[in-house]
Amino acid sequence: MSLNIIVLAKQVPDTRNVGKDAMKEDGTINRAALPAIFNPEDLNALEQALRLKDANPGSKVTLLTMGLPRASEIIREAIYRGADTGIVLTDRVLGGADTLATSYSLAQAVKKFGNYDIILGGRQAIDGDTAQVGPQIAEKLGLPQVTYAEEIVELKDGYVVVKRRLEAGVETVKAPLPCVVTVNGSAPECRPRNAQRIMKYKYAVSPSEKEKLSDDKKVFVESRPYLALEEWSAAYVEADPEQVGLAGSPTKVKAIENVVFTAKESRCLENNDEQLEELIQELIANHTIG
Amino acid sequence: MANFYTDNPDLKHHLSHPLMQKIVELKERNYTEAEKFDYAPLDFEDAMDNYDKVLEIVGDICGNIIAENAEDVDHQGPRVENGRVIYADGTKENLEACRKAGLMGMAMPRRFGGLNFPITPYIMAADIVSRADAGFENLWGLQDCAETLYEFGDEDQKQRFLTRVCAGETMSMDLTEPDAGSDLQSVMLKATPQEDGTWLLNGVKRFITNGDSDIHLVLARSEEGTKDGRGLSMFIYDKRQGGVNVRRIENKMGIKGSPTCELTYKNAKAELCGSRRLGLIKYVMALMNGARLGIAAQSVGISEICYREALAYAKDRRQFGKAIIEFPAVQELIAVIKAKLDASRSLLYETARFVDVYKAYEDIAKERSLTPEERQEMKLYSKLADACTPMAKGMSSEYCNQNAYDCIQVHGGSGFMKDYACERVYRDARITSIYEGTTQLQVVAAIRHVTTGTYLSLINDYNAQEVSATLQPLKDNLVAMTAKYAEAVEKVLSVKDNQAYTDFLSRRLVEMAGNIMMGYLLLLDANKNESFVASANVYNKMAQAEVVKHADFIANFTPEQLSFYNA
Repeated sequence: MSLNIIVLAKQVPDTRNVGKDAMKEDGTINRAALPAIFNPEDLNALEQALRLKDANPGSKVTLLTMGLPRASEIIREAIYRGADTGIVLTDRVLGGADTLATSYSLAQAVKKFGNYDIILGGRQAIDGDTAQVGPQIAEKLGLPQVTYAEEIVELKDGYVVVKRRLEAGVETVKAPLPCVVTVNGSAPECRPRNAQRIMKYKYAVSPSEKEKLSDDKKVFVESRPYLALEEWSAAYVEADPEQVGLAGSPTKVKAIENVVFTAKESRCLENNDEQLEELIQELIANHTIG
Repeated sequence: MANFYTDNPDLKHHLSHPLMQKIVELKERNYTEAEKFDYAPLDFEDAMDNYDKVLEIVGDICGNIIAENAEDVDHQGPRVENGRVIYADGTKENLEACRKAGLMGMAMPRRFGGLNFPITPYIMAADIVSRADAGFENLWGLQDCAETLYEFGDEDQKQRFLTRVCAGETMSMDLTEPDAGSDLQSVMLKATPQEDGTWLLNGVKRFITNGDSDIHLVLARSEEGTKDGRGLSMFIYDKRQGGVNVRRIENKMGIKGSPTCELTYKNAKAELCGSRRLGLIKYVMALMNGARLGIAAQSVGISEICYREALAYAKDRRQFGKAIIEFPAVQELIAVIKAKLDASRSLLYETARFVDVYKAYEDIAKERSLTPEERQEMKLYSKLADACTPMAKGMSSEYCNQNAYDCIQVHGGSGFMKDYACERVYRDARITSIYEGTTQLQVVAAIRHVTTGTYLSLINDYNAQEVSATLQPLKDNLVAMTAKYAEAVEKVLSVKDNQAYTDFLSRRLVEMAGNIMMGYLLLLDANKNESFVASANVYNKMAQAEVVKHADFIANFTPEQLSFYNA
């Protein structure tokens, strides 16, 4: 059985190694100081998609991402690891979207895409940490959703069996297809980039990237149709302008505070058992340890 | 997210050597494959970019998977169950990552599913893998055997076996036996011809790295009644045929993740590779040369981790109120580790490039006859490769052992405990100067290039290259060292009809040549790239002392004194 699989992914600033220049004076993220990466849990989702593809030859994995035109970088990254192709949903009017507007826009893109068997995505993105977009897309599309997925155990006869990682253990659930599955970071890591694929697809470009190429390279890219990535606009996915971007986002940031952690209470202890014991008791009492 | 390629700019320096242009053009036949294969490069820049990108994948896997697994693999190791090897869990994970990344047939032609990489970037991958885990390099690096199968197998064999190697199946070279180690002429494994053209193998092999591999190259005695190397042929044994079992695996000092097997052959069905009787004298020699370059790369990778571990510890560890790297005694240890690392790496890639040029010509010669100029060039590079391979293997393996020793020294008492990587690295390093020919045997292979002047003419070529005024004093030193070397060679050659005397002094002569060659290579590196200036200086000083030491020994040594060593 060949499947048509959509993987939702996001290009995010790498917030895992935040330095002191990560935030600007006004409290917004200083994107220039943080490298843009493939959201980690979306890579876990991609691996699940690729395993489905391995098990079901002839399947197609398409990466769908919303973001700036440069988000095609993560599409290439996904293709190097085994995805077939990708679409960047990019448009000025989509900027400033909260999770509601984002999920609406992506749901519109999924509708435009049509004919899919399963939608996979990471549990959440490391820049917002909301874990809302996947579930909201499922709601908007009227699809069942399985969250915190750790492993797709089985996919056949129109349903999927998924192991979910919960706080107290593992739950195995069954859902009819098509459905949305959001994958947890505890799922297997994504496979590495493949040498042949990186050589084959390194010139894959979106239309806006192609514009910047030399004439020779344009001709070359056109001669190899698999090098064409897609870019979709808000109008193309028939999105209602009122429901996208800033206009469609009820979430408003009220205030941003810069919290700077400083060591205020450094103390010197004598190197003896009594003082150490005292410190330990104090730390237990204020719940730092224990 | 560690990356063992991008965190080491020295690698890119060596990859971007001017000779690469020629190598890549030969290897890619002027980029004609781009029409047939969608991953073939369009031009030189594209090919170099491919190497860069693929090495980045290697660096990623090495930094994040292989190095992370190294300690567990060392502790767990492989085991034997019912005649089959079960790898350590980490080894399985490493292999799976390399397969998924498509790194199992890097140097094989595209028509078999390989990447068609020249030896130089392939060896660079081996260098990176060895830094992560020298034991795993043995398993991954056995794809070298595919090179021999490619050179000497017939088209049908290549189609059947090389495609499987490129898809991720592993190989082994089954050469040594209980009574045939360094002396492979004594191999006894018996090959009996069958009516259908296949052969049956019977006997025992010992010390076989990855002996439970999918595809084996086997050295066996096909000519009954013979006793020397001319009675040996090379066979391909496919594990799917059955007949070979693993009796036991050795309990080794180091590279514990790499299973070293004793194999029993009971009517194992095999097929002949190439022609009868050429097994040892032609094919194994070719196999060995490739393997020796691989061990040189392994040694360099080990030196790399020694350097990094020693440096990190010395910066971190504080004694007497300051980091121990502040002390001149520790500084010298680390500077010398780095100089030996840089010197052996320079020689490694110099050798890899020589191998690349002649192998590319050899391969082209299968398709069309070479022009007289091309033939001459092939001969020249073949000779240079032949001279530099045992030199690189011998010197870099000795250096990595010295570096592992010094790395532990920098760690002090902590280095003696199992808590730091240097303890494992020290054990892993030890084998490099033993297998694929001991250092003593590398000297045997190298000495004729001392006596025939291959090294000297290479040294003269290096000397003809201009260097900046600031580096000139180093060059002057090298010129003086070369004079001492020439004098020592002359002295040894002047003693006629005394093989024992020449044999006895060979190691010293080969080392002198090696010191000077690496001194020049580092000088030329420093001339192009500031970052090698310190190593070029440190190595120059060290090499100078070594050359003087050997020169004195030879000058003061008479044939009569041999008897004291022969007690």
